[in-house]
Amino acid sequence: MFENLSERLQGIFKNLTGKGRLSEADVDAAMREIRMALLEADVNYRVVKEFIARVRERAVGSDVLNSLTPGQQVIKIVLDELTHLLGDTNSGLVLSGRIPNVIMLVGLQGSGKTTASAKLAFRLRKQGRSPLLVACDIYRPAAIDQLEALGRELDIPVFRGEGADVARIAKAGIRHAVDNLRDVVIIDTAGRLHVDEEMMSEAVRIRTTVKPDQILMVVDAMTGQDAVNVATAFAEKVDFDGVIMSKLDGDARGGGALSIRQATGKPIKFVSLGEKPDSLEPFFPDRMAKRILGMGDVVTLIEKAQEAAEADGGIDEKALKRLQRAEFTLEDFLDQIKQVRKMGGIGGVLSSLPGAGRLKGAEQQFDERELDRVEAIIFAMTPAERRNPKIINGSRRERIAKGSGVAVSDVNRLLKQFAEARKMMRQMQSMSGKGRKRMKFPGGLPGF
Amino acid sequence: MSTPWHKRLSEGLAKSRDRLGGQLNVLLRRGPDLSQEFWEDLEGALLGADVGFSATEEIVTSLCDEANRQALPDAQAVLGHLVERIAVELRGAARASGTGTITTSGTTTSGTVGGITTGTVGTTVFDERPVTILMVGVNGTGKTTSVGKLAKQAADAGRKVMLGSADTFRVAASEQLDVWAKRAGVPVVGRERGADPAAAAFDAIEAAEKTGADFTLIDTAGRLHTSADLMRELQKVQRVSVDRSTPPVRTVLVMDATTGQNGLMQAREFDAALHVDAIVLTKLDGTAKGGIAVAIVRELGIPITYIGVGESLDDLRPFDAESFARALIQGV
Repeated sequence: MFENLSERLQGIFKNLTGKGRLSEADVDAAMREIRMALLEADVNYRVVKEFIARVRERAVGSDVLNSLTPGQQVIKIVLDELTHLLGDTNSGLVLSGRIPNVIMLVGLQGSGKTTASAKLAFRLRKQGRSPLLVACDIYRPAAIDQLEALGRELDIPVFRGEGADVARIAKAGIRHAVDNLRDVVIIDTAGRLHVDEEMMSEAVRIRTTVKPDQILMVVDAMTGQDAVNVATAFAEKVDFDGVIMSKLDGDARGGGALSIRQATGKPIKFVSLGEKPDSLEPFFPDRMAKRILGMGDVVTLIEKAQEAAEADGGIDEKALKRLQRAEFTLEDFLDQIKQVRKMGGIGGVLSSLPGAGRLKGAEQQFDERELDRVEAIIFAMTPAERRNPKIINGSRRERIAKGSGVAVSDVNRLLKQFAEARKMMRQMQSMSGKGRKRMKFPGGLPGF
Repeated sequence: MSTPWHKRLSEGLAKSRDRLGGQLNVLLRRGPDLSQEFWEDLEGALLGADVGFSATEEIVTSLCDEANRQALPDAQAVLGHLVERIAVELRGAARASGTGTITTSGTTTSGTVGGITTGTVGTTVFDERPVTILMVGVNGTGKTTSVGKLAKQAADAGRKVMLGSADTFRVAASEQLDVWAKRAGVPVVGRERGADPAAAAFDAIEAAEKTGADFTLIDTAGRLHTSADLMRELQKVQRVSVDRSTPPVRTVLVMDATTGQNGLMQAREFDAALHVDAIVLTKLDGTAKGGIAVAIVRELGIPITYIGVGESLDDLRPFDAESFARALIQGV
């Protein structure tokens, strides 16, 4: 519903094009949309308030850059500010020279600590380390079994201690690592509520006993407003060095990342994106900023489209005109395929679009080879045929099929799709009437 | 261990309604005036409780209208009114959906009499007898733990329980359920890891039939609602269960109260795929208010039946709309 902030902002500003400067009234309208987008992304409402105030200050009176519309200008400011607040660059895991290095994972129940522990171990091993997992969750039934089984699958040793003293288990784990020449120890702790004093002091006990080099807090990306309370409590009581944001493979926008960063100043270090062991990835503030705004990676997409068009010597004005009159030809179609290719193929385009989470399946359904086939078919046509597909009769179809190595039915399908796309363009044309602005998007992609 | 939330809640219940505000609500500390600031703070409280932008805006706008129309004298009256309204909405869902709405092969069940719910706290899918319940939800919401606690409570109440472990995916999930089964003293049926979860559910229902169990709880693997394959897998589990089970099959969504706006998407997707009969809201013992439940009830009308307020067995308790609504607007 709130997927497309950029579109809505463009809507607000559509009557304002040509203005050189953002007025207070323009900015007010935009701020409401941005506030809504941030709240829907679960950014804490207090953080939103501060953020909006900051952005407003920057936006009012700022010059609208030549290349941008007022809407894009506001988005640019919001994105810059958001990226900045999220930490500008990614801050990876810094291991000290100490052997073994000790990393401790903490978090609420169900945030995904055990899974994250295993993924982290897997990642470190890929970097040439030899990790040991230490199971310190003695409370959740079968939690230790879970870590053990994960370790077995990844072929990473797991240490399980005895008794109910988790600090002692952690210490024994480190000794075990030393004895077995493991150079990184990852301690998986029990999930605990930040208001549970007893459990929080247990975490502190582990910390003071083993003095971890890094304490990472695992936070579920779906966490709502409470992320601030949780992170603040963990920062005060246990203290941590960074955050792993889990379950980002869903459609949660992960606004908690901003809240946590704002409330505690701690960087997000990794994002966790699924069940596979290699789905722990470094955190990129700019990507997260776009995700929080529900924008996908539209900016990059636009950049790519522009690059692609410019590499072709600018947008072909004639083609654009033909497109607008719904008279585009198979030749234009061919050009567009070329541009899509330059932008990373259908998969690349789709994954950059807002709401792409929902399209994940679709992305896989698109066969990139389909593009090859379409291209081949069009190449096998004469220029006259490309310009006027109506002349393609039965014998021409057969020749084209032979020439491109496909079946006649493939040729038929392409021609049908093309005709439909053209019809659609014509309908859009008549629907949008006179006020229609020219197509902004060079790779208009009819037919798909 | 008694948690602060729990304590606050019971204290709140003990107090009369007009004393409530003064004692509990930060909103009132600055005085009873219905200033612009009051409305902004109220909005903040609802947003901070995860009620969400749209629901909050609607609630505050209509409450503001009403306060003017009915000439509500002060903030206390407005808040009392608000609590009542939210509670009515939350209870309304229980009534509207009631029980027996899902398509099952079973017989019609008790719980509703002539379309009117009996009982005060409301009868829920968990009161039906016999019944087969599928517990579903995203990863880490506390499905297995809830299954364990519900099993124990039902067994203690004299019901004959059968547990089914259809989480054949997560490592050590069935071991976790085994521990709970032992604690509750009830049998559990499962299959090895990697087996077809629908087959595991089938086995559990069959075992329940053989042993004459009237309360079959089936735990399923956590899955993100965005994963089309896994949602289809769950549909199959449900389909197979409905085909096999003589008692009606109910589907219960377990949701973490710390979940923000994504909770609404979860509820939408699970409901679209499975028709969810009830929600269990877990982890209310922290500082999260679970306000997303309000948004879910408003949009989808799925009743909340149980809330989890702590680790111990009886910390899973029947949902009470009024105390929930009251806790929601407590000063943040």
